Amino acid sequence: MLEARIHVTLKQSVLDPQGDTVRSALASLGFRDVTDCRIGKFMVLRLDEQDPARARARVDEMCRKLLANPVIEDYVFQVSEVAG
Amino acid sequence: MRWGILIFPGTWSHQDFAHVFQDVLKVDWGYIWHKDTSVAGYDALILPGGFAHGDYLRCGAIARFSPIMDAVVRFAREGGPVMGSCNGFQILCEAGLLPGALLRNSGLQYRCRWVHIRTERTDTPFTAVLRPGQVLRIPISHGEGRYYAPPETLERLRANGQIIFRYSTPDGRLTDEANPNGSLEHIAGVCNEGRNVLGLMPHPERASEALLGSEDGRLLFEGLLEGAKRP
Repeated sequence: MLEARIHVTLKQSVLDPQGDTVRSALASLGFRDVTDCRIGKFMVLRLDEQDPARARARVDEMCRKLLANPVIEDYVFQVSEVAG
Repeated sequence: MRWGILIFPGTWSHQDFAHVFQDVLKVDWGYIWHKDTSVAGYDALILPGGFAHGDYLRCGAIARFSPIMDAVVRFAREGGPVMGSCNGFQILCEAGLLPGALLRNSGLQYRCRWVHIRTERTDTPFTAVLRPGQVLRIPISHGEGRYYAPPETLERLRANGQIIFRYSTPDGRLTDEANPNGSLEHIAGVCNEGRNVLGLMPHPERASEALLGSEDGRLLFEGLLEGAKRP
């Protein structure tokens, strides 16, 4: 069975006030080495598909059509074999 | 003319619109359920505020795929007037009927309060009875209303005059304090290139009676009603 692990984040050009707030909270805890924080979404999909290339094409289409909004978000994903 | 009010699971402002149409404007209206597939018989469509489909994934992302949306897109492409307020604005952006997107408020807080918006353009069916620069007092109620569009889109919006409302002070000045959510260029409402689809974060249906503190919102509906009277 194949599994897709998808990360969706706001584009670098889009302000992420949530990420900024977490970064300043980290700074107040003493983690001043954090220079940037971006918060996104992580999704795990299980696919009824054997062929990794075909699975990657399908997941890419899913990201473009629904899982990410191309106006504001970027996405990356990996497809890997997992025990069914 | 007959107004259609769309209802998705999680829509919450439909009754406020229905009240304005029924009791204030005394015009014909009907509800359209998101699983319907036709908008036949309606002359204007309203996408009300709320949390359609729980706002899961992104605001409006799932609602966009509701069965009714194909008919809404066709209606809009044929020039039919469509107004989306709050969550309805978010749905119209996700559906690609309006440019840009609405993001988490820059202050991270849900904002429920009165704001002032300045009329930037009057050449849409909804803003036809307004004066350029006219300031309206209308409430907002949202957590995700920060308008964003990439620079090239923003440039196009400016060139085409698609920015319809900007958050302002009561006397029409654009200040950071008057921008409740960090929207780019203080944008509160935009229209499509055809000018028949309007999206705005404020709630005109909650400001359509003196009893509620403002009648300014009613002007948007009256604009369309006036236009319908003309031959």
